[in-house]
Amino acid sequence: MNNSGIRHDSSGTRLQLIKAGLKRRYAKEKIFKTLGITAIVIALMMLTVLFITITKNGYGAFQQTFIRLKITFDASVIDPERTGDADVLSQADYGGLVKKTLRDMFPEVKKRREKRDLYSIVSSGAAFQLRKMVMDDPGLIGTTQTVWVPADDDIDMLIKGHIKAGEEGTGRIKANEAAWVNTLIENRAIEKRFNFAFFTGGDSREPELAGIWGAAVGSLYVMFVTLILSFPLGVATAVYLEEFAPKNIWTDIIEVNINNLAAVPSIVFGLLGLAVFLNFFGLPRSAPIVGGLVLTLMTLPTIIIASRVSLQSVPLSIREGALGVGASKMQSVMHHVLPLALPGMLTGTIIGMARALGETAPLLMIGMVAFIVDIPAGIFDKATVLPVQIYLWADSPERAFVEKTSAAIIVLLAFLLIMNAIAVVLRRKFEQRW
Amino acid sequence: MQLMDNLIMKRDEIIKPVGNPFLNEERVKISCRNVNVYYEENHAIKNVSVDIAEKEVTAFIGPSGCGKSTFLRCINRMNDTIRTCRIEGEIRLDGENIYDKNVDPVLLRARIGMVFQKPNPFPKSIYQNVAYGPRIHGLARNKAELDEIVITSLEKAGLFKEVKDNLDHPGTSLSGGQQQRLCIARAISVQPELILMDEPCSALDPIATAKIEELMDELRQNYTIIIVTHSMQQAARVSQRTAFFHLGNLIEVGDTNEIFVNPEHKLTQDYITGRYG
Amino acid sequence: MKYSILIFTVIILSAVGFYAGRSRSSKTVNGEIRKLHSLPGYYGFYVALWCGLPALIVLGIWLAFQSSVVTSIVVSGLPPEIQSLSDEEMSLVINDIVNLAHGIVVGRPDNVLLAAAEHYNRLLGTGFLALVAVVMSICIAGLGFSMRYINPAMRARIKVEQTVQVLMILCSTVAIFTTIGIMLSVLFESVRFFNQIPITDFLFGVHWSPQIAIREDQVGASGSFGVIPLLTGTLMISAIAMLVAVPIGLMSAIYMSEYAAEGFRTVVKPLLEVLAGIPTVVYGFFAALIVAPFLRDLGSKIGLDVSSESALAAGLVMGIMIIPFVSSLSDDVINAVPQSLRDASLGIGATQSETIVHVVLPAALPGIVGSILLAVSRAIGETMIVVMAAGLTARLTANPLEAVTTFTVQIVTLLIGDQEFDSPKTLAAFALGLVLFIITLCLNIIALYAVRRYREEYE
Ligand SMILES: Nc1ncnc2c1ncn2[C@@H]1O[C@H](COP(=O)(O)OP(=O)(O)O)[C@@H](O)[C@H]1O
Ligand SMILES: [Mg+2]
Repeated sequence: MNNSGIRHDSSGTRLQLIKAGLKRRYAKEKIFKTLGITAIVIALMMLTVLFITITKNGYGAFQQTFIRLKITFDASVIDPERTGDADVLSQADYGGLVKKTLRDMFPEVKKRREKRDLYSIVSSGAAFQLRKMVMDDPGLIGTTQTVWVPADDDIDMLIKGHIKAGEEGTGRIKANEAAWVNTLIENRAIEKRFNFAFFTGGDSREPELAGIWGAAVGSLYVMFVTLILSFPLGVATAVYLEEFAPKNIWTDIIEVNINNLAAVPSIVFGLLGLAVFLNFFGLPRSAPIVGGLVLTLMTLPTIIIASRVSLQSVPLSIREGALGVGASKMQSVMHHVLPLALPGMLTGTIIGMARALGETAPLLMIGMVAFIVDIPAGIFDKATVLPVQIYLWADSPERAFVEKTSAAIIVLLAFLLIMNAIAVVLRRKFEQRW
Repeated sequence: MQLMDNLIMKRDEIIKPVGNPFLNEERVKISCRNVNVYYEENHAIKNVSVDIAEKEVTAFIGPSGCGKSTFLRCINRMNDTIRTCRIEGEIRLDGENIYDKNVDPVLLRARIGMVFQKPNPFPKSIYQNVAYGPRIHGLARNKAELDEIVITSLEKAGLFKEVKDNLDHPGTSLSGGQQQRLCIARAISVQPELILMDEPCSALDPIATAKIEELMDELRQNYTIIIVTHSMQQAARVSQRTAFFHLGNLIEVGDTNEIFVNPEHKLTQDYITGRYG
Repeated sequence: MKYSILIFTVIILSAVGFYAGRSRSSKTVNGEIRKLHSLPGYYGFYVALWCGLPALIVLGIWLAFQSSVVTSIVVSGLPPEIQSLSDEEMSLVINDIVNLAHGIVVGRPDNVLLAAAEHYNRLLGTGFLALVAVVMSICIAGLGFSMRYINPAMRARIKVEQTVQVLMILCSTVAIFTTIGIMLSVLFESVRFFNQIPITDFLFGVHWSPQIAIREDQVGASGSFGVIPLLTGTLMISAIAMLVAVPIGLMSAIYMSEYAAEGFRTVVKPLLEVLAGIPTVVYGFFAALIVAPFLRDLGSKIGLDVSSESALAAGLVMGIMIIPFVSSLSDDVINAVPQSLRDASLGIGATQSETIVHVVLPAALPGIVGSILLAVSRAIGETMIVVMAAGLTARLTANPLEAVTTFTVQIVTLLIGDQEFDSPKTLAAFALGLVLFIITLCLNIIALYAVRRYREEYE
């Protein structure tokens, strides 16, 4: 063992052994490192593909195809007896006006079947648009106006190049319709314009009329309820557990509970909402109040956990300092600890709210999936929310809804991005190093 | 303010060491020349030149934060793993500059073992802890050879008798002193030429410390050892040569007997007599 | 709206109470505040709490029970022939009445219902007036009562602090009540379900086709509520998801924490977290619109028959969704492995990958297993992706190219739209919910335990 000659000898062969293996070992190292980079690249690629496909599919929906019609607001059609009565005005056959205009534009169309096809290139929303014009300004009656009305969704898709005319399978556009569209294009009577209806309208069965405003308002109400319930509840719970609670079985149970709730599938919260809020308490179905309650319970763990971390990061010295000058425990927490922890709590709350904003499954359980055209007016009204609207549109067969769905996703992601950016900024700004 | 300035001046000062840092060529295992180490702006080692003798114990002493560990970790290029760390100068092992481009740190670290301040056995069995090095380096052709390496290493580390029936127990289940000897066994399992020990006893009780010191005395027959310690007595007991560091400077270096009996530099005197540090 | 105004009024009254209490307290000592036990503000809070708290509690209880009470009164006022209807038909009648009351008229409602709707609205109207009266009198009473009690010796601060603490304790029990609520709601309905369908048929049956039960004579037809194909479907999709998420997530985490330079990490880590922030409905859309057709076309090119609702598509996309979940949890876990272990391994001459594979990962294993279990739990409970991209019909198959269905898909399909109360179809959803809850609960508890133990070991 202490024969240095032997040791030296074996040390030589030992180095040779190690050297012999080095090449292989470095190759492995390289492979391993490459695997790591590959994993990250794959993940980022997926992210990119996702964003690109959504954008590619969706940006078109911010524009909509409109057709120019020269409408004669014929008094004999709208208000034959010249009553000027609002009821009469609103019941008038505006669809007929549109049809007549179309017939005038294409006088060669004679057959009934063909006429039906012709009428179908303009959206059924055109009639509503004319009615609104007349109701707003009865003076229009008897005049002739140039009006841009939305085209039917299939025409819209044709103009945007998503479908081709007369194609087998997709063949929703017939050859004659395509010919009319070509005429319109030649006459510059058809064009894409900014799609206001998408941002101001409620849901509709007609893709060209469907908008996200109704769902956005629903989301707003739901978020409002969630925020005013979950923030105080979450902060109070966190403060209690972190600052006042004795360490015993009871608080241990609460803690395990909170951690577990954070990992319970969201759909289970939906079942809870259905059984408790709807069936037991009899709260109205599809209402933002119930959605808010369910999402409150779901977001609460996130807020509590974030708030506790934030409280933990406030150094002991600050508490001791406050207690040292004779403040009560409550005063030291309320006046000194809480203000310092608040930015962190807000950050956690925003992140929780962002997650709630994107949540779909539990809201399906409580009936927020109904088809609702009207813009909700309060937290007890029937409503839907943005992600559920996306789900509903994604389920619709019309090609134009693919575009609408993607556009709604873009809007939702934009909101989420803004919320997360606020959270990041807040964290940066108030990040304290003690 | 004045005091601050003085302190800063002092921090940036580069001092020439007293004593003789250089040795006869045949005794030299490691020679360091003009070594400077920076952690970003922090100049942690200032132009240190010193030789380390073969098959001797060299002790690095000095107040905490003076750069002993930093210097030690330069010798097996462990500082490569710290991103902020930058090294200048040259360190030669048997005449070869270890910071040369074609020197492989993996091979180098197989030649230079290291034992750390806190015992850090892997969360594996005692056997696996010791077998780890030989296994990754491919030193054993079969199980029998591996067994032999493990057993000899444990024997050399003076641990075999205590654990021979429990080789499959986790290394972390041992006492602190045993863990540290396990780490020593792990370090010598690849038969390094040099062992670096960074305050190996600072986390141990006196009895365990005594065992390790005894062990060092034995290991010195076959290995070159550098030990960082903040205990003067330990340095005096186990080492043949001592180097005293202060604020990144090598202040004084020489035979242990001389330095402790007859320190030349004022700082060394103060430190050794306990007036400072 | 009118309720918001009521709440707002109560809050205003409390604010008034605060100022009244504060000024009164300093008046009782003629402005010499040192003679007061507490600062005047605390007397203000004392009054405000007395004024607002009881009123709000009563308001809350009232609102919670109002609609069920009103409904039962309306029902008891209905003619006997309607009252003798079955529960199920009754609930439809009630639904109609409520709709009528809200002004939603479908078809030509009969007079009985119209009268009932009017009754309903009348009750709500009087109820609201009564509520206003009750709440306001509680407010005023609280205000007057507490004002009279203000005197310099009263320990206002202590009382306020005690109340606040009790409120905080109540808040912290919400989490407990949520869990209890979940358990009770799924258990209750599940028990009713198992009264109709034997539990063994449910747990061990291999056929799932709840539609059959729509036909009266086939209620509980044996085998139509067997949960096994749902279980296999769920597990298959989750397994595919984990096959995607675990390697990619784990390798990214390893690269991030062991290799990546600081700059790389600060850019890439948030990008990966973006994946976690994307709503699941978006992933569902992506799966149904892009991935599933892509796989189907790919399959037909190489001669494979891939369903357009294949488990593969749903699983792949779910895997993508879970990547950041695995990677950020593993990242935490890997970072918690002490540097000294890495030093020991590197110090003996191991390469970095050897150190990771042989030392870091084994040391982090309990934590990594914990995070993977959490990810599995999330995959099993994930709803929107499978609702949009997986199939509806239960199929007992091991082929990932076929369409399978999951627990969550079935819960959603069974509960969306109009439900018939007490039909096994509706109740089955809750039984599935119970199974889902139990599975994920077990996974979560094991995972949380593993992660906790692991943390304790290295902290
Ligand atoms: N990983 C590191 N990063 C940055 N600075 C470091 C690091 N390690 C040590 N230092 C700095 O280098 C100097 C020397 O430290 P060290 O070598 O650990 O001293 P010693 O071991 O003598 O106590 C100290 O100023 C310390 O702050
Ligand atoms: Mg040190």
